Amino acid sequence: MMYKAIVFLPLLGACIAGFLGRYITDRGSEAISTALLMISALLSWIVLAQVGFEHQTVKVPIGRWIASGDLEVFWSLRIDTLTAVMLVVVTTVSSVVHLYSIGYMHGDKARSRFFAYLSLFTFAMLMLVTSDNLLQMFFGWEGVGLASYLLIGFWFKKPSANAAAMKAFVVNRVGDFGFAIGIFGIFALTNTLQFDAVFAAVPEFGGLTIKVFDYNIEVTTCICLLIFMGAMGKSAQFLLHTWLPDAMEGPTPVSALIHAATMVTAGVFMVVRLSPLFESSPISLTVVTFVGTFTAFFAATVGLVQNDIKRVIAYSTCSQLGYMFAACGLGAYSVAVFHLFTHAFFKALLFLGAGSVIHAMHHEQDMRNMGGLAPRIRVTWTMMLIGTLALTGVGIPHAIGFAGFYSKDAIIEAAYASHTPFNYVFWTLVASAFMTSFYSWRLIFMTFHGKTRAEPDIFRSAHESPVVMLIPLFILAAGAILSGYIFKDYFIGHHYKEFWGTAIFEGADNHIIHEMHEAVRLIPWVSWMPFVAMLSGAWFAWLYYIRVPSLPAITVKVFKPLYLFFLNKWYFDELYCWIFVRPIRWLGRFLWKIGDGIIIDGLGPNGTAARVLDITNTVVKIQSGFVYHYAFVMMIGVAVITTYFMFTSIDLWSLGRELMR
Amino acid sequence: MIMFENPPVLSLIALMPLVGVPFIMALADDPCGHRNARWIALFVTIFTFVLSVIFVWYPFDISTSEFQFVEEYRWFGPFQYKMGVDGISMLFVILTTFLLPLCIIASWDSVRERVSEYMIAFLVLETLMIGVFCALDLVLFYLFFEAGLIPMFLIIGVWGGKRRVYASYKFFLYTLFGSVLMLLAMMFIYWDAKTTDIPALINAIAQNPRLFSSEVQWWLWLAFFASFAVKMPMWPVHTWLPDAHVEAPTAGSVVLAGILLKMGGYGFLRFSIPMFPLASIELAPLVFALSVVAIIYTSLVALAQVDMKKLIAYSSVAHMGFVTMGIFAGNSQGIDGAIFQMLSHGIVSAALFLCVGVVYDRMHTREIAAYGGLVNRMPIYAFCFLVFTMANIGLPGTSGFIGEFLTLVGAFKANSWVAVFATTGIILSACYALLLYRKVILGVLEKPKLKFISDMNTREISIMLPLIILTILFGFYPSPILDVTSASVRNLVANFEAASQVATVLAAQ
Repeated sequence: MMYKAIVFLPLLGACIAGFLGRYITDRGSEAISTALLMISALLSWIVLAQVGFEHQTVKVPIGRWIASGDLEVFWSLRIDTLTAVMLVVVTTVSSVVHLYSIGYMHGDKARSRFFAYLSLFTFAMLMLVTSDNLLQMFFGWEGVGLASYLLIGFWFKKPSANAAAMKAFVVNRVGDFGFAIGIFGIFALTNTLQFDAVFAAVPEFGGLTIKVFDYNIEVTTCICLLIFMGAMGKSAQFLLHTWLPDAMEGPTPVSALIHAATMVTAGVFMVVRLSPLFESSPISLTVVTFVGTFTAFFAATVGLVQNDIKRVIAYSTCSQLGYMFAACGLGAYSVAVFHLFTHAFFKALLFLGAGSVIHAMHHEQDMRNMGGLAPRIRVTWTMMLIGTLALTGVGIPHAIGFAGFYSKDAIIEAAYASHTPFNYVFWTLVASAFMTSFYSWRLIFMTFHGKTRAEPDIFRSAHESPVVMLIPLFILAAGAILSGYIFKDYFIGHHYKEFWGTAIFEGADNHIIHEMHEAVRLIPWVSWMPFVAMLSGAWFAWLYYIRVPSLPAITVKVFKPLYLFFLNKWYFDELYCWIFVRPIRWLGRFLWKIGDGIIIDGLGPNGTAARVLDITNTVVKIQSGFVYHYAFVMMIGVAVITTYFMFTSIDLWSLGRELMR
Repeated sequence: MIMFENPPVLSLIALMPLVGVPFIMALADDPCGHRNARWIALFVTIFTFVLSVIFVWYPFDISTSEFQFVEEYRWFGPFQYKMGVDGISMLFVILTTFLLPLCIIASWDSVRERVSEYMIAFLVLETLMIGVFCALDLVLFYLFFEAGLIPMFLIIGVWGGKRRVYASYKFFLYTLFGSVLMLLAMMFIYWDAKTTDIPALINAIAQNPRLFSSEVQWWLWLAFFASFAVKMPMWPVHTWLPDAHVEAPTAGSVVLAGILLKMGGYGFLRFSIPMFPLASIELAPLVFALSVVAIIYTSLVALAQVDMKKLIAYSSVAHMGFVTMGIFAGNSQGIDGAIFQMLSHGIVSAALFLCVGVVYDRMHTREIAAYGGLVNRMPIYAFCFLVFTMANIGLPGTSGFIGEFLTLVGAFKANSWVAVFATTGIILSACYALLLYRKVILGVLEKPKLKFISDMNTREISIMLPLIILTILFGFYPSPILDVTSASVRNLVANFEAASQVATVLAAQ
């Protein structure tokens, strides 16, 4: 009952706020949905205590969903340690964000709708993390996508917000394309979508290969990579990252909840959940590591030069998610989830802090128009400082530190222990840690210190946020300070296996956590490396933005092309516009006007009339002749190629059936 | 010689709408007469729906794949009047009787000329459509199937838009072309098998898949295919559909998208798969290719549309691509999914056309560019439109997802590449559907003409409400549909698989 309550109370809140909002007033919607979520959060902590420390794995059946032939999918909740950790993250952050929004959205006429969306999102996210089968996970996966779409586009009068919302949905769908095919593949091979049954079948199809074009690829690798594509979309990894910065068009509480703490971590959660599958495919783990590491680096470079306060944090999120994936790829799933856990607190804190700044500055987001705000909004400044200390991983190795210190440094240490070629993961992540420190302190200095660049009126009227917005900051700050210290022994300590139980699967050869502890013990400089990177990043930021404020301009001048490259986010938006958006639009118009209009209708119903016209109007005939032939050949070509594929297929299904015999 | 095994409920329900016709004919052509015509039509269609629920849906036995409520009377010559439904056709009958009252309500204010004739056309159409799904005799099926063209032709041609004549002729010519071939094939079946009784044919072929030799099956299959492919419509014979939709009045589009398109898919399930299994196996790759092209091609074309109705029409073609793909996957997921997708699309696309109708009635344009920012003045409308947009792009939790997912799973088992290509449809559908939503609903309300547009009234909400409920209900709990179809589909698949073994043996020889 408690488990159902955790998941369905937010849905109840969403329905009340959404459908009855106009009868119970905005205040009523706020109060009810927030209260319901707080209950849900409270219960989640109880569940974590029960499951994590007393090791009760629970399954709660709810009902039948789809039954067709041998495909049977049920609605059900699966509660193990991994789920419990996610429950805590989701409901805690969501309830503080609900609370915060009461203050932040004050004065917005559509508050009921906003709270309905927030609660709806929470419900979908909870369905995702509690799912017991791939399809319910996909339900939650798309459900959070819908909520994200609705919330990014919450201010529907802003064209940029609408565009961003759509972009988020479509880019995520590109990832879901892979995820969906992965699901089909798993079903074709195992005849089930239920996690335990799928995992049990993994050893059976482990060695199978299929022929894709002329390469033999392991089936598991194929499926893992397809599913990972979904994770890349949701978690904004390199190549599918373009939607996340744009998603900052949504209200700031949304960015904190969805685009920092919860939804974007769904990809990491998924990889960890499917660890039995990924563990059987070393190649896909290598890919996961590479994509994660590269994203960590790439996003950090872009974060260095952004001027919008929220975008800096957004790229930071992107980068930190890269760390988590790198850890997953190395087999250090527990470390990845640990970072996910701590990151949720301090990143939500940073976003909500940024929201408080934006609130104080009357919706100014450009850091170039800020500066010197610390004395005016002392509490916010303190909170942002705590968030930054946690994010940059401040702490003394072998002693004590903020939350990020324990989790991020653990990832870097695991990277060292894994011995990738040239230790590239380790060095890249250290470099990213340096940049993380730089851009985080840059944000603090540009916003809160130095001489103000704000309009005098705005600066004078900058005011501290109301208590209802500050309490959430305090709660999250407590998490940012303490969550690492308190939980490190359980999540990644020597007895981590006991805590995780069966939730995380590690292959027989996977001793990464042990090796990580060994490396830290035997090679001291490994744990001092991130420390040095963190300190030097902070020092550079201080040098650039406090000590010698003219330095940034000079650096920009010297490294102009590199600066522009970073500033324009490696030109990915432009690139995608050129290779996807425009050709697809052109193709659409072409197929419509030429394909349907001239060829099909020309040969078909309008044929007679068209022939007559052709004969009488020779000029037209000659002019359109080229297009006509060209188009015709192209369409025949498309048909031939597709037909070819249809006839020469990979028959996974019969492969699976043979296996079952 | 008339034999009553059971009360003839199907005939009763099929003929029920016609009862309203003489009453409407007796009315005068004045506002009062118009009002009465609407009420009579509404009453009759609702009554038919209630009858169909009480006497067909409720007593329907889901545990058997046999035809139920069978009626059989001698007719002329060797032909017979035989009606009956099984798990495949029953829900289409209900869908028909369910949508018709909504069509009548949707036309309440928008049709002002020749109201009586309009209502009569719809009532006659309903009879014929129910007939198609119930007919268990080739000749009877053909009659219903063809006769249905006439009222639809008139609805487009008389109450349509500016280019209605062009559209209605295109519609008529395309469908007629296919039907002629089908008629020839039916004649051949009669000469060869000496019966036109559909259950008898299906059973005989299930016993012996080579009742018609492979070559004969090939030709028969193609002849039926010509007719059903046009009706679906499949690429490349789909171009009549956008034109027909654009010119048809709202209710016409609803019937067209909601029910008439399903006759093609129903035809494949009733004839092509069970009667010509060898040819179906052999030619499945062709269908796959056409389906995949349809999904990608028409989705791309939908992206380029400037007319709301055309966009939805093209998206319908793409969705029907999933249906044909699922049917010819030949496994239970594929076929269950195809039936589900047809029923779901019957609800969702009908609803989308009704949504277009709502704003068309107010502004008399379907041009996307003429709208924008409607959410500001029409929040309820925006909500409805959102639900159906999400169902259209197959969001889990709406009925659209179940059908798409099952057909893709089925196709993946049959041929992985087909599913991979077809799955790109989920990206493209998100593109065009959200683009439409953004351009029409979101943004600032700037156009001066839209300044005083009013939100949906009670009549319009009462149309949308049942559609929304069903869309979401079936998304979370699809069993009411899947349970009904399962026995018949299992039987169909078993026969098809038996035939495919015969085909393997043949190929080995």
